[in-house]
Amino acid sequence: MSTHDLEDMGCGTSSSTKDRKSEKALKAALVIQNWYRGYSARLKARQRYALTIFQSIEYADEQGQLQLSNFFSFMLENYTQIHEKDPELVARLFGRTLQDSKDRQEYVSFVDVPDSYNGPRLQFPLTFTDIDLLVEAFKQQQILHAHYVLEVLFETKRVLKQMPNFTQVKTSPTKEITICDRGKHSMEILMILFVSFLVYPNDLHLNRGNHEDFMMNLRYGFTKEILHKYKLHGKKILQILEDVYTWLPIGTIIDNEILVIHGGISESTDLNLLHRIERHKMKSVLMPPISIDEDQDTDLKKTKTGANVVPREGKTNESPSEQLPKHEWEQVIDILWSDPRGKRGCYPNTSRGGGCYFGPDITSKILNKFQLKMLIRSHECKPEGYEICHDGKVVTVFSASNYYEEGSNRGAYIKLCCDMTPRFFQYQVTRATCLRPLYQRVNTMESSAIRILKERMLSRKTDLIRAFQLQDRSKSGKLSMGQWAFSMENTLGLNLPWRSLSPHLVTTDKNGNINYMSTFQDIHIQKPVKEAQSTLIETLYRYRSDLQIIFNVIDSDHSGLISMEEFRAMWKLFNSHYSIHIEDFQVDELAERMDLNKDGSIDFNEFLKAFYVVHKLEKLNKSDGQSP
Amino acid sequence: MADDKEREGTELVVAEYHRKIKEAFEVFDHEANNTVDVRIKAGAFLPGLSSGVSREIGTIIRSLGCCPSEGELHDLIAEVEEEEPTGYIRYEKFLPVMTEVLLERRYRPIPEDTLLRAFEVLDSSKRGFLTREELIKYMTEEGEPFSQEEMEEMLSAAVDPESNSIHYKDYIAMMVVDES
Repeated sequence: MSTHDLEDMGCGTSSSTKDRKSEKALKAALVIQNWYRGYSARLKARQRYALTIFQSIEYADEQGQLQLSNFFSFMLENYTQIHEKDPELVARLFGRTLQDSKDRQEYVSFVDVPDSYNGPRLQFPLTFTDIDLLVEAFKQQQILHAHYVLEVLFETKRVLKQMPNFTQVKTSPTKEITICDRGKHSMEILMILFVSFLVYPNDLHLNRGNHEDFMMNLRYGFTKEILHKYKLHGKKILQILEDVYTWLPIGTIIDNEILVIHGGISESTDLNLLHRIERHKMKSVLMPPISIDEDQDTDLKKTKTGANVVPREGKTNESPSEQLPKHEWEQVIDILWSDPRGKRGCYPNTSRGGGCYFGPDITSKILNKFQLKMLIRSHECKPEGYEICHDGKVVTVFSASNYYEEGSNRGAYIKLCCDMTPRFFQYQVTRATCLRPLYQRVNTMESSAIRILKERMLSRKTDLIRAFQLQDRSKSGKLSMGQWAFSMENTLGLNLPWRSLSPHLVTTDKNGNINYMSTFQDIHIQKPVKEAQSTLIETLYRYRSDLQIIFNVIDSDHSGLISMEEFRAMWKLFNSHYSIHIEDFQVDELAERMDLNKDGSIDFNEFLKAFYVVHKLEKLNKSDGQSP
Repeated sequence: MADDKEREGTELVVAEYHRKIKEAFEVFDHEANNTVDVRIKAGAFLPGLSSGVSREIGTIIRSLGCCPSEGELHDLIAEVEEEEPTGYIRYEKFLPVMTEVLLERRYRPIPEDTLLRAFEVLDSSKRGFLTREELIKYMTEEGEPFSQEEMEEMLSAAVDPESNSIHYKDYIAMMVVDES
């Protein structure tokens, strides 16, 4: 039956007028339903595409870490040369050992809470009233005073230190277990969690995730959040917090059958080993253990076999007892960073730059080996808040709804009881989200995703143009859809549905060919200095997150300033390791021109902030609220 | 000569269709890793979700620009399902069937004026709008009825909160712009 045909059939008698009418109504209803379902499906597909963009870029960023991590290793390997030139720099870079010989009591007592403080005041030992107090206070946007933050952190560390690497938990007919994931960073969430943990240490169990890592905090802005909120005591808070992270247990085991960890497993995951390791020595994914030896050549060999660090006459603060052997470090990385996939086997997680992808066969093998039945993990944002894979053996739970953008995803948590069938509860927060119609939410999400994708494209502009021109033999300025999609995917390293996204990104001619330069027409990087070369600007823009981390590491007193010398030394190393073809003098000139030299030091946050992207169509968008 | 060119042209078209279909498939099948052996998970493990198989496949087919009715969709799914329905649909089976659909330009979308006329048919007194109750009645009782979720979704965008009615001409105009 054709659903498009509304024409009446035949004339009929008066008694069938009613039939004709209802038949018409039926057909009309079918038309509308058909149209609506098509529209709704396309809306959902757009939502999916936007989510895919957010995810690939997030993972690609994480992958950038691998390079950064290699860079730190590279620096350590070239330790001698750096040390000769700048012993101060070396001490600052590698001397991250906590000087917490200071007693907690001693430190906390120095931090006074003024009478004028209006925020929540916690009472130790903590009780459930303190939890309520905090939740109410945070709802009012209040900030917990540093004194209490420090008290909570010291106490949390003390309690966590007594816990084993894996918490053992049992369900019972009366006891239900809820499993969820923390989601985006926030000081407030952290405080509520820690306080709740201190009040109910036997009922609340925390596992370490990949973002409970001081390096990751640097990259993703949590460090900045803390320093901003706690101008006076932020540095100390960060120090203790980094310590607390390392004492978080690696996982939880429920009823000896269910393993709850953050990321996943690998084919070599050895739970027996993981039970034994000194977990607090696992500092950061970006600081793999390295052996510093008299003989530079044997370094790499030693590292591969997992040898311990050899101290260098007290010149390094990183003594052997402070690091995990490499194979143990790798075990923890796998737990925190791996992702399950449909493909069998175990292979490096290239999206993230750490951990691996593990297939259903790996899951079966490892679960069987340790007599487990199920793996519950988080680490990946899922549109419905949860996902089951590997024949029901692996469950992903993601509790932060609207993680990337309003309307991007639901959040979920799991409830388990002793009959072992997990129940899933989904939700999506903000009244605004619930009240807005789907198409508006999708529009918002889509614009946001396209925006960050375009910024990404811009940061690789030179490489992209080169790739386009390579394929455009006739120099027509045009490529076929296939050629354009190929160049985009290869250059950006993002596995995205380019054909479906193309209408948002480029213009096409009447033959369906792409005008590839239109990729850059609506967007450009604001040049902080007019005369600066475009490639230089582009490079600095592209690596700004990495540079931010490196600068933050050098700036160990978190002042926001580093000396011009340090800047130059760092830039030189960065330059050579990342094989960037920028002359040192160009960067020098730029820094000087931007007038950022204040007493010979550079405010690197200002320096990096100066590179931002201008979206030409921004102003237009704001008025009509539709995607470009 | 002309035949060769024509065949080559069709081959190119088919190749592009294949890539388009693959893209759409991959976006919904998150476990895939650029392998051809791609499966869409059905609602098999998720209690409470209705007929998982048609859910995502239907979305994929419609996202490729086709507008099958629910009945036509079920027929299509029957064509690509396994002999013993496992709740999975294999990409190898889906691809040729979907390619044919695209080549034959089956299930063409509804033109805007047809849609408008449909609303006008339901609006027998020619007021220019439908009340909330009327729309609900038609959409959930006639044709291929909406689920509650579908009905709520449509109402959230279509109903003008002040008059509590659906001014269908404006609604259509808004949806059409949103899609372009």
